[in-house]
Amino acid sequence: MASMALKRSPRSILIDLAVTSFLALAIFGVMVGLRTETVPGGLELQPQWMSALLLVAAAVGGRAILLLTVWNRPEGAPSLIPAAVREGAGSAISRVGKVFGPALLVFALLLPFLPFTDRYILDLSILVLTYVMLGWGLNIVVGLAGLLDLGYVAFYAVGAYSYALLALHFGWSFWLCLPVAGILAAFWGIILGFPVLRLRGDYLAIVTLAFGEIIRVVLLNWYWFTGGPDGLSGIPRPSFFGIEFSRGEGGFADAFGLEYSSLHRIIFLYFLILALALLTNYVTMRLRRLPIGRAWEALREDEIACRSLGLNTTSVKLTAFATGAMFGGFAGAFFATRQGFISPESFTFIESALILAIVVLGGMGSQIGVVIASVALIGGFEVFREAEDYRMLIFGLAMVLIMIWRPRGLIATRAPSIFLREKKAVSGSLVAQGEGH
Amino acid sequence: MEYFVQQLINGVTLGSIYGLIAIGYTMVYGIVGMINFAHGDIFMVGAFVSLIAITALGLTASTGLGLTIIALILVLIFAMLIASVYGWTVERIAYRPLRGSFRLAPLITAIGMSIVLQNYVQIAQGARVKPLQPIIQDGYTIMRRVDEQGEFVVQISNMQIFIILLTTALMVTFSMIIAKTPLGRAQRACEQDRKMAALSGINVDRTISLTFVMGAALAAVAGLMFLLYYGVIDFFIGFVAGVKAFTAAVLGGIGSLPGAMLGGLVIGLIETFWSAYFSIEYKDVAAFAMLALVLIFLPQGLLGKPEVEKV
Repeated sequence: MASMALKRSPRSILIDLAVTSFLALAIFGVMVGLRTETVPGGLELQPQWMSALLLVAAAVGGRAILLLTVWNRPEGAPSLIPAAVREGAGSAISRVGKVFGPALLVFALLLPFLPFTDRYILDLSILVLTYVMLGWGLNIVVGLAGLLDLGYVAFYAVGAYSYALLALHFGWSFWLCLPVAGILAAFWGIILGFPVLRLRGDYLAIVTLAFGEIIRVVLLNWYWFTGGPDGLSGIPRPSFFGIEFSRGEGGFADAFGLEYSSLHRIIFLYFLILALALLTNYVTMRLRRLPIGRAWEALREDEIACRSLGLNTTSVKLTAFATGAMFGGFAGAFFATRQGFISPESFTFIESALILAIVVLGGMGSQIGVVIASVALIGGFEVFREAEDYRMLIFGLAMVLIMIWRPRGLIATRAPSIFLREKKAVSGSLVAQGEGH
Repeated sequence: MEYFVQQLINGVTLGSIYGLIAIGYTMVYGIVGMINFAHGDIFMVGAFVSLIAITALGLTASTGLGLTIIALILVLIFAMLIASVYGWTVERIAYRPLRGSFRLAPLITAIGMSIVLQNYVQIAQGARVKPLQPIIQDGYTIMRRVDEQGEFVVQISNMQIFIILLTTALMVTFSMIIAKTPLGRAQRACEQDRKMAALSGINVDRTISLTFVMGAALAAVAGLMFLLYYGVIDFFIGFVAGVKAFTAAVLGGIGSLPGAMLGGLVIGLIETFWSAYFSIEYKDVAAFAMLALVLIFLPQGLLGKPEVEKV
């Protein structure tokens, strides 16, 4: 029964823990243990030994627990998590997906009228839906075409500034600006995409990141045009097809014979973003069935095969980039009209990272995964609102841990677009995804 | 002319710092084929550890020259050690479990680690910028001109001499390590063919870990230099410096050590001259645009080998 013996001897565990404590001490001892504070005449060190020791203890304790339990199971012992759960968590959701998706949609449609819904919940839902839309938009680029884009927020910014500038200077209405914002963003997608799309995956990632930063720096410094760091304020709020959400004569409440409520506009915004998000989803699902969508997915799987089959990979990539950018532009226009104020602050790299995290953690290419990841991440942000300083730290840790736990995202199965006779879900471990050549 | 020479000296100094960070990117990319996005933040950690050590030792400008040099060497070794532990831990936690996974996975965890490190330092050390009084002062006047517009002096400060000399020394040392030692041989073997290297008895995991450690140690040196040169750091310096250093690595040809140094110098010079002759606001745009241009027109870099795409 040698094979059933515990994997680690007490001695090896002790050595491991000693090494861990030494490393943890090196990591936390200096950085946490000695805090530099600015005092008149220079810097001063304020010892914080307690917090440093607590962190070291937590690291060693955590590792000890893992070493004694999960990592110390005998060779060949059955896994703690049943195989069905391990393999099936994702596929279960996609199997329930047939019911789950529509149920979620009905819930989303009814949400503003549910009794417990208040201003706070609506605002939060609008935020979640904005990220769902951005996630779906980016999913076209990352999930379907397999191109890693770290500068998606640039197109979001283009959309937001397009709407804000057109509305402020020419008085264009939201509905006129919306397509223009999308077209401008797509146009920028093509301009930026054209030179860089020949690059391989991670090079492409870095160049898109650089472009995102360039656009942000330009917005920050082009003062007379964009308002620089002050941003643009007084951006017109949306109207209900020409009817303002104002109190009194001619307002929305008056026109429909309702009691005036400031919630009307929020509810309208909610349905607006819901419709935009659903449009994104609908277009994506339809495009997947068209030759261009199939070309995207083929490109993700194997670029060389695509080329040898006569696909023009540059134009295929470019359409994915432009389509994704267009939806980013739509979302940006919505963001501008909802906030009434935009500044380069809202379009930093961290925003791109958040959207990418939503797509990747949700399971690239999975539409429902994006929804789940948005709710989890944005909801998680809200839960940790109290711990303002810590929430980005937690976000980063979650990104690392989920990636290690499920490298292919929460929903790793893939429903094929084309199939013979019967549609079978493909396990995530069998497909190459987002190699992004 | 004097202005140009002065900017040249400044550019070379800045380029040395970028070059040292770029070596970490280039070595890791060469051996594992991933962009270590958190590398810029290891540089930031190195700068902070140096700041803490300098404050703890109580170094000021009034300390004697001999003592200052000894203290700075101690600070340097300390920062290199601590940053190495950070680099090793990041690799162990975030990258090793994903080795052999699909390509984007380690890039995502790298972005996650970068966010973690930034916010960790922000919480531990505070979000405000940390100023440091200059420690090494004085310098030498190289050129001097007096005309109707006034006097113009070209100076090379002791600090700049220190940075350039130290960079050169480290470059030579690390090139020797790569070229001559068993570790360097193992690294080059892993770079060429990891599976074959493992078959010939090389401990691949250990070699990769040591690559991260070496990169982190050099980033810590760059951190100390940045701190001494600019005199002010905050938790966010790693991001922009990291992207620029990556640009340098790509420009020089990724995987090539001299290339990284050369790329660093070019980027440093471009940035300095752009700030000097055009506009200081758009200096980051210049560096980022350079990255795009290089990748588009010269994807293999100045000293790199062209990559052959295989099915």
